[in-house]
Amino acid sequence: MDVLTPILTDNWDAERAWTLASYESRGGYDALKKALSMSQDDVIAAVKDSGLRGRGGAGFPTGMKWSFIPQDNPNPKYLVVNADESEPGTCKDIPLMMASPHTLVEGVIISSYAIRANKAFIYVRGEVLHVVRRLQRAVQEAYLAGHLGTDIHGSGYDLDLVVHAGAGAYICGEETALLDSLEGRRGQPRLRPPFPAVAGLYASPTVINNVESIASVPSIIANGADWFASMGTEKSKGFGIFSLSGHVNRPGQYEAPLGITLRQLIELAGGMRNGNQLKFWTPGGSSTPLLNSEHLDVPLDFEAVGEAGSMLGTRALQIFDDTTCVVRAVLRWTEFYKHESCGKCTPCREGTWWLTQTLARLENGQGSEEDLDLLLDQCDNILGRAFCALGDGATSPITSSIKYFRADYLAHLEHGGCPFDPMASTVFAAEGASA
Amino acid sequence: MTVTTGDGAGSAVEKSDLVTLTIDGIEVSVPKDTLVIRAAEQVGVQIPRFCDHPLLDPVGACRQCLVDIPDAGNGRGFPKPQASCTLPVAEGMVVNTQATSAVADKAQQGIMEFLLINHPLDCPVCDKGGECPLQNQAMSNGRGESRFVEHKRVYPKPINISAQVLLDRERCVLCARCTRFSEQIAGDPFIALIERGALQQVGIYEREPFESYFSGNTIQICPVGALTSAAYRFRSRPFDLVSAPAVAEHDACGSAIRVDHRRGKVMRRLADNDPEVNEEWITDKDRFAFLWARQDDRLTHPMVRDEETGDLRVASWSEAFAVAARGLAAAKRKVGLLPGGRLTVEDAYAWSKFARVTCRTNNIDFRSRPLGADRGAEEAAFLASQVVLTGPDGGAVTYADLETARTVVLAGLEPEDEAGAIFLRLRKANRAHGTRIFSLAPFTSRGLRKMGGRLLPTVPGTEATALDALAENGEVALDGGGIVLVGERLASVPGALSAAVQLAQTTGARLAWVPRRAGDRGALEVGCLPNLFPGGRPVSDASARVDLGAAWGAAKLPEAEGLDAESILDALVEGDLEALVVGGVDPADTLQLYGGQLHGARAKKLRKALRKAFVVALEVRSSELTEVADVVFPVAPTTDKAGSFVNWEGRVRPFGKVLESPTSLPDVRVLAGIAEERGRPIGIRSPEQAATEMQQLGPWEGERLVIEPAEIPHEVSASSTSGERTLVLASWKQLIDDGRMQDGDDHYRATARRPVVLVGQATFDGLGGVEEGDLVTLTGPLGSLNLPVRVADLADGVVWAPASAPGFSVRHLVGPAGSTVTVSTLEGGRK
Repeated sequence: MDVLTPILTDNWDAERAWTLASYESRGGYDALKKALSMSQDDVIAAVKDSGLRGRGGAGFPTGMKWSFIPQDNPNPKYLVVNADESEPGTCKDIPLMMASPHTLVEGVIISSYAIRANKAFIYVRGEVLHVVRRLQRAVQEAYLAGHLGTDIHGSGYDLDLVVHAGAGAYICGEETALLDSLEGRRGQPRLRPPFPAVAGLYASPTVINNVESIASVPSIIANGADWFASMGTEKSKGFGIFSLSGHVNRPGQYEAPLGITLRQLIELAGGMRNGNQLKFWTPGGSSTPLLNSEHLDVPLDFEAVGEAGSMLGTRALQIFDDTTCVVRAVLRWTEFYKHESCGKCTPCREGTWWLTQTLARLENGQGSEEDLDLLLDQCDNILGRAFCALGDGATSPITSSIKYFRADYLAHLEHGGCPFDPMASTVFAAEGASA
Repeated sequence: MTVTTGDGAGSAVEKSDLVTLTIDGIEVSVPKDTLVIRAAEQVGVQIPRFCDHPLLDPVGACRQCLVDIPDAGNGRGFPKPQASCTLPVAEGMVVNTQATSAVADKAQQGIMEFLLINHPLDCPVCDKGGECPLQNQAMSNGRGESRFVEHKRVYPKPINISAQVLLDRERCVLCARCTRFSEQIAGDPFIALIERGALQQVGIYEREPFESYFSGNTIQICPVGALTSAAYRFRSRPFDLVSAPAVAEHDACGSAIRVDHRRGKVMRRLADNDPEVNEEWITDKDRFAFLWARQDDRLTHPMVRDEETGDLRVASWSEAFAVAARGLAAAKRKVGLLPGGRLTVEDAYAWSKFARVTCRTNNIDFRSRPLGADRGAEEAAFLASQVVLTGPDGGAVTYADLETARTVVLAGLEPEDEAGAIFLRLRKANRAHGTRIFSLAPFTSRGLRKMGGRLLPTVPGTEATALDALAENGEVALDGGGIVLVGERLASVPGALSAAVQLAQTTGARLAWVPRRAGDRGALEVGCLPNLFPGGRPVSDASARVDLGAAWGAAKLPEAEGLDAESILDALVEGDLEALVVGGVDPADTLQLYGGQLHGARAKKLRKALRKAFVVALEVRSSELTEVADVVFPVAPTTDKAGSFVNWEGRVRPFGKVLESPTSLPDVRVLAGIAEERGRPIGIRSPEQAATEMQQLGPWEGERLVIEPAEIPHEVSASSTSGERTLVLASWKQLIDDGRMQDGDDHYRATARRPVVLVGQATFDGLGGVEEGDLVTLTGPLGSLNLPVRVADLADGVVWAPASAPGFSVRHLVGPAGSTVTVSTLEGGRK
């Protein structure tokens, strides 16, 4: 289907795609050579002109982020790649690094060159050991091929790249917590200002980008900013990996221009499982407010999803059909946030502790309708009051689910427990099982 | 303050540094970089807070201080409430606090509700109840009833984070004040937050216990009852306590404290806030060491030696006065006086006047400590010429000066052990202003490391040479922006104090003397020295004698310079003196002064002489000295009398009487009683009268003594040539030790650092087969002691051990600092 634009995912099906030989046989590292022949400012300009926006969720223009690095600061500059992909539902960076780590490595070298960093770090989630190994091997290969190290390809540019494995904390995906963790401290978000662009890693100017953002850079250099900008929508340029999971027939990563709709994606994924009805879905992982079947035709770009009351986030499309109990799903997510709250600030630490218990009560059919208002008020007291975005994210599934599925909550109270068959929503549910 | 030129530039800068903003509709101008939370205090709005502390870096963790900012000063507002403890003010900013904004109020109430869901409702049994910021702010900024009906987080309680500090984890609101204090202020980061989410908690690293001389401050700044001290836990309710401001009596820092007492007993002591002196911090010694005056051996009535039985018996005050006066009359002028260094300046003045007017002698010396080969003559000259009569008003070095100095050189002073407030201020100076700190010391101590200081390795005894060489040291680059702090230990090194004076003169650096005891500086000011009268009047100056004689109405004052402390003891042994008036002196110190060993031949001789002589002892508790005295007077500890200390800066630190105790009297009243019986009254009977008279007397305005430039030995006396492993002992008293004024709180004493012998790598290697931590034998002139050995960056030929540690008094069992010692492996293997 020509709606797909396989660029980052293009070589995933190649024989041993993760090796340097395979990557180079398809033109890999050509963009690096091109970039090294350009001036650093031209590389930044190209990324700026392409309109590439951060693929880690917030959608901040990547080129602009790079230009914030004060070049008169005497400290060394650092590039840090945020590969701590841990958002429930998000599954794009890890397959990318698994299938084609060299795409990322090449992106790191070009990006570091552009911001004049001589040291770069990939902070990768520690649980994915296989990915860590592939990355380490890819970096080793890149060193041996002269893509990394001193005087890269005779350009006079030096770069060292370190792959650092995290220790299993969701909060370390928050960029300043990531920096603390990288420096060897406990991962907890830092007070801003100073912003990382001014005083980040080791109090030096630091750019922190998502894996997919950096991996997109070689293609922009190779094909030009206009090529990139020709894809996507007006303000959300380019392509992105959409990871579909849940109740579709062919879950997986679908790379398409921004602005594609869920309806198209479900079609690409072979439709809903067993022909069931779509009940609700998350556009960008569990931290983005969930949407329902009314939003099937919302263009999946930053603006339109925002208008629909959610966020594009990391394009982690978790699809739930009508066998699913929304209360159950929301409680599981909330338990995740409670488990992952770093403990630094009160609303997130105590709020998630409380939300979980209130939700658990409701799931068991204990309580009253007023408890829904209590839940919403707790969320109101967390949203925008927490130190970082983790607290905000924890409230999203709750407020949005009460907004769209208040009846489901009330059904629990009437039923004295969950009215759904929890087995029916599982992947191993017998065919035809339903609520 | 610094002098500014009159061109107006200074005030223009000051004006532009002010930022004007509107808080709750009230316009206020505050200095640039002020945080909103403190700007709000200026308009009388108290924004609730937990993690915020003015002396700690902002963290924004508790989120209790959220306010609404409709205009950040750029015309745009913040969409969400902002933490006012992390937000600096901006010109034109508009802030609406809980007083005027429903959004801010709801945000704060929401946070308060969250904080309380996991907080136990045990206020009625919690030590903090009644003075608890959480309790108070829950009342002012929270809802009356909780909507939380589920399960609270619980922990087994409490856990010890040190011998003294206990943690009830379920009460903790995780504001991180304690951990930030330890890291940012004290530099002892042995407590840290561990775990995450609601299970986050303050933890210790089990192999590195929370050992800090300042640990008590964490208890005081804890905004809930999570941290308590073993000393105060469950002892009383805040609302039953009576508080009184006071001054700590343990060192020369003059730290402001608050004494809380109930039914005539001190229950606890807290740091008071004095930005010019100790800010809001005190040492654990200042905080916990107050039970010493309440021990069973407290003297409660005067005693005299019964002529028939030879034993001490209870006497009335008037009888004791009469007996003392009779005994002193018999001794005529053959009297020596050792007032010690722990008196208030008023009491010290009474001693000084009593010596001159009643005993007609200059044999008075407040220094009961090692005085060096010249018996303290150089120090006495140094004090008379450089130190006496200086003070903050006269431009002497102050805490504030330390904070802004470019360079600070420490000589014979280990601030963390000997002057805690100086240590904290120097650490702050180094962290905030990059003050460079150098220490002439035998090794890099933990304190020096924490101050970011650099070691100028100095073998004990060579400080004079080292100070002399410092003027030429390009790295130290001492100049007018520098300060030299000399400790009292320098007195025992010939030429060192003179060298310090010369160094200050050649480089322009300023010089200050830091003694160890609270009363040392005051005793100097009132002339408890053989060469000085009160107000810095030199004994040798005829016009000073006339001036003072006229003021006192005394016909004739003793002309000859008196005996120093060590010579007074000598003279007693030799029979040249027949009477001794002694007070406020730790007998262990006195014995060290006189030969060191507690049970050696010299000590035996001294004890014999003391029994033979007529001894009048003024003491709080019975001691070895009161045992041999002929008359014993119970005198008041600092809580039971008014007075003042003069701290190392020369700053007068007055305090009032805290407790009424009929069993003892201030030294001034006791001495007045004896003097009146003797027929030579001193004319004052109370601390207040003493203060008035001192005021009237005023300082000496005539010529001051000058210190003769001493000959600085350029060759170190080679003490390390005699034997194979002969070493010089470097040694000083650590903050928490076996001192009598620290008796009574075992938890506190358990936080003392473990005594060790520190040796250099070469010495360590020479021991052979010994691992760090193994016991070795340290042998000196007085005997030997087994202590664990550790390696430090000591110069070859030097070994360090604490002068006094509970149970391991190196100064009595091995020898004083500067002794020649040996270190050897344990005979008969490890114990």
